[in-house]
Amino acid sequence: MTMMEGILLTIVTAATPLLFAAIGELVAERAGVLNLGVEGMMAIGAVCGFAATAVTGMPLVGVLVAMIGGMLAAGLFGIVALFFVANQNATGVALTLFGLGLSGLIGDRFVGMPGIPVPRVDIPVLTDLPIVGRLVFGQDPFVYLAIALTIGTWWFLFKTRGGLVLRAVGDNHGSAHALGFSVIRTRFLAVLFGGLCAGLGGAYLSLVYTPQWTPMMTAGRGWIALALVVFASWLPGRLVIGALLFGGVSILQLHAQAIGIGIPSQFLSMLPYIVTVIALVIISRNRTLLSVNTPACLGRAFVPDS
Amino acid sequence: MRRYLAILAAAAVAAGVATGAEAADKLKACWVYVGPHNDGGYSEGHDRGRLMVEKELGDKVETSFVENVPEGPDAERAIERLARSGCGIIFSTSFGFMDPTVKVAAKFPDVKFEHATGYKSAPNLATYNSRFYEGRYIQGQIAAKMSKAGLAGYIVSFPIPEVVMGIDAFMLGAQSVNPDFKVKIVWVNSWFDPAKEADAAKALFDQGADIITQHTDSPAPLQVAQERGLHGFGQAHDMISFAPKAQYTAIVDTWGPYYVKRVNAVLDGTWKSEQTWDGLKDGILEMAPYTNLPDDVVAMAKKTQADIESGALHPFKGPVIKQDGTEVVPAGGVVDDKTLLGLNWYVKGIDDKLPN
Amino acid sequence: MRIVLEKRPTPSRSMQYLSPVAAILLSLLTFFVIFLLAGIDPVRALYIYFVEPLTALWSIEDLLVKAVPIILIAIGLSFCYQSAVWNIGAEGQLAAGALAGAAIPILFPTLQGPAVITAMILMGIAGGMAYAAIPAILKIRFNANETLTTLMLVYVANLFLDYMARGPWRDPAGFNFPNSRPFDEGQMLPVIAGESIRLSIVFMLVAVVVAWFMTAKTMTGFKIRVLGQSPRAGSFGGFSRNRMVMLTFLISGGLAGLAGICEVMGPIGLLRTSVSPGYGFTAIIVAFLGRLHPFGILVAGLLLALSYMGGEGAQVAIGLSDQTTQVFQGMLLFYVLACDSFIYYRLRIVRQPALDAATVR
Repeated sequence: MTMMEGILLTIVTAATPLLFAAIGELVAERAGVLNLGVEGMMAIGAVCGFAATAVTGMPLVGVLVAMIGGMLAAGLFGIVALFFVANQNATGVALTLFGLGLSGLIGDRFVGMPGIPVPRVDIPVLTDLPIVGRLVFGQDPFVYLAIALTIGTWWFLFKTRGGLVLRAVGDNHGSAHALGFSVIRTRFLAVLFGGLCAGLGGAYLSLVYTPQWTPMMTAGRGWIALALVVFASWLPGRLVIGALLFGGVSILQLHAQAIGIGIPSQFLSMLPYIVTVIALVIISRNRTLLSVNTPACLGRAFVPDS
Repeated sequence: MRRYLAILAAAAVAAGVATGAEAADKLKACWVYVGPHNDGGYSEGHDRGRLMVEKELGDKVETSFVENVPEGPDAERAIERLARSGCGIIFSTSFGFMDPTVKVAAKFPDVKFEHATGYKSAPNLATYNSRFYEGRYIQGQIAAKMSKAGLAGYIVSFPIPEVVMGIDAFMLGAQSVNPDFKVKIVWVNSWFDPAKEADAAKALFDQGADIITQHTDSPAPLQVAQERGLHGFGQAHDMISFAPKAQYTAIVDTWGPYYVKRVNAVLDGTWKSEQTWDGLKDGILEMAPYTNLPDDVVAMAKKTQADIESGALHPFKGPVIKQDGTEVVPAGGVVDDKTLLGLNWYVKGIDDKLPN
Repeated sequence: MRIVLEKRPTPSRSMQYLSPVAAILLSLLTFFVIFLLAGIDPVRALYIYFVEPLTALWSIEDLLVKAVPIILIAIGLSFCYQSAVWNIGAEGQLAAGALAGAAIPILFPTLQGPAVITAMILMGIAGGMAYAAIPAILKIRFNANETLTTLMLVYVANLFLDYMARGPWRDPAGFNFPNSRPFDEGQMLPVIAGESIRLSIVFMLVAVVVAWFMTAKTMTGFKIRVLGQSPRAGSFGGFSRNRMVMLTFLISGGLAGLAGICEVMGPIGLLRTSVSPGYGFTAIIVAFLGRLHPFGILVAGLLLALSYMGGEGAQVAIGLSDQTTQVFQGMLLFYVLACDSFIYYRLRIVRQPALDAATVR
């Protein structure tokens, strides 16, 4: 494997958890809900995935439990923010805190345990092709799942009636309600999907990326995912680009160090975050463009008048 | 005169009763950890030591610990809390606890304090440290023997003297086998960040290294090595269960014997504030079993280890030349402890610049 | 038949007082049940957590020392949140203030005295303000979402602090360990009570009172609230949204910077690679728990500091994991948010079915 292949492979691996979390959040935000609790949901997913795998010995069970854990956490957010109509920003922060703390509690007895590795896909001829071989045909199953989810989401949002309803709810919940669509139920389902994806993203971290559990292992990825959704202007295709970009910067800064570029490591470590800020500025600069793409009712409370 | 004697006798009896009562209460020995007690790395190493105290002295000593204590004012409060709750001896196990320990020790002159890897002491505050660099030298020799590329990757946290000592000792060991051996260094700015450590390992492997070593605490780099069919060294803990085919050996922190010795000293009243810097021969660190290695390399490693333990070999024996070419010690000399404790230069042969 | 939430004609006054009480009781109850299920004596655990820290003078002192920076920051954040400006980067503004203020004793070690201390405090405030101005400008000029920019900037600030403390500002006599030189008496905040309560507590009390006055009695405070609740009404009233954004960011940045420099000039006594164990984030909870009201924040801050003290005590006494404190804080916030909704809404059982998409077609 050449260095180029190696770098591309690690970038894809780094981008995958971000893509999972971001695609789920994209759906939630398209429905008008800003869920800042992605970090907490990812942590719950990571700990549930690892714990279930450690107890049953089957990574598949771990993945399923992680998805359920993420959904439960999202459900908690949904009840407080959608049914009790609490401020979505505050509720999201509460979920992050609660999720991080709870994951630490649950994971306490699993710290220091080796994980069961998930095998990589290996198609006889295709995987051995130069450059594209491992990159396209030799990844672990999660990567393909993430891409499938992204494509599926795009198709759902823009090619199905259900997706149209969801986007309508996010753009104008008053009209959607008048037309008879249940705003709260649609949003709740969207939030649950967000939790499912965040749970998958977390499970990827604790089952594949570094097969172990450590507290705080999500390391801010949930927040990056939130930024990626804005960066992608709420379009699934652009989300993939954003995830690769961010994953790329964080990997390349390590390579830069290894090569021996004289810049202090702290400044290199800052790069992913500075790049995110710059990307946000560029995307948001054009007010018209931004408002065209932003779901108009994002973060706004909705109470049906009855 | 008789009244005076009577008072003296009464006082003696009272003193005897008091010490008798003290001996009946168990001594409380307490630990402060910077990370989780079961982190599979540095803090767990200290906790293993605590468990050894419990096992060997359990009838006379009870132990307790506080974990995940951030360095700074929170540390001072945690240590003070332990002092107030009746601990007779407190071990603060991270360098960043140094100033907080000094402050609390001043407030509680009757409690004994011990600080790991630091340099400030007091009549009731001792310091203790481990010559990790001895293990690094052995690892360097193994790396030079086993590496086909002549290049190792080194994943490190922060440029403090202990870490720089490790890098230099590793290089000196490697150079004793292969004078042209090279190392690439990546700073992850954290003692424990598995994902970043894994990414660093991948980057180093992609850049041509075929062996990695680390001064960070998670087994993630070794897991990457195992996945790629490459090898490396574990840190603070035998990480063989995480990477059965990849680990050559590991530096295992074995603080237990030291802790037992010091707690015993408190029990029999001989505890004094000392500055201990023990090494392989004192058992404060061990090398994990040499695995995945051919027999001749194992034999070489064992011989080096024996030489270090007997004093025949010092990893920092002269000639030691700095990166900029100046000679620190000539042949026949040894870099002294004081220089080592404040080490902030690389040896010749390392191409990177130290980030200071 | 469904249960729906319906808006009250006017907010309920009684619920405004009952809601936080109900939230606290619910949290304690949930904790009680969790301890029971985990096999820990719940009464003893709750005692260690919430009562024991108040039984000793040194513990109360430590509680106050811990509460001061959190409350300072939360007061600043309350201005932002009232105005619907979601600044979650107080942690970074704190670091910026610490760096700016610490520059004086590090670069000019011989300067000491009340004038120097005052200068350090002012520099700390200025540093926090300057750093908060960045996301403010990005929001005003480029419309960049401040939740995300402020958070990204936290990482940047912490990494820069790490670089400075390890590199150029490292103590030359410190064996190359990552601390600055320790500050002298004449460069630190004086202790005014007990063993460790410093002048910063006075700053905190002043901030609480000034914040209350500003919010309740001044035009600016009124503008902030109106703009937060209804930007259109605000612009009709001639209130400039952009100016409010900048103002609230500067206030919260300044207070966060003040908290940062007070930590460095106080309990820490030098500049290190990390000067805060997450005060900037804890302050977010405190701001919401205190319902963005200065007196509420004061109480909430003390309550949260109490939970920290209790958590540490529980670790030593019953071996309870330190993550329990975070879970408690998150849970409390959830309950407060849920109970608060009953101020503006009430539950009603509705008998007619919701209109269905099928019937509409």
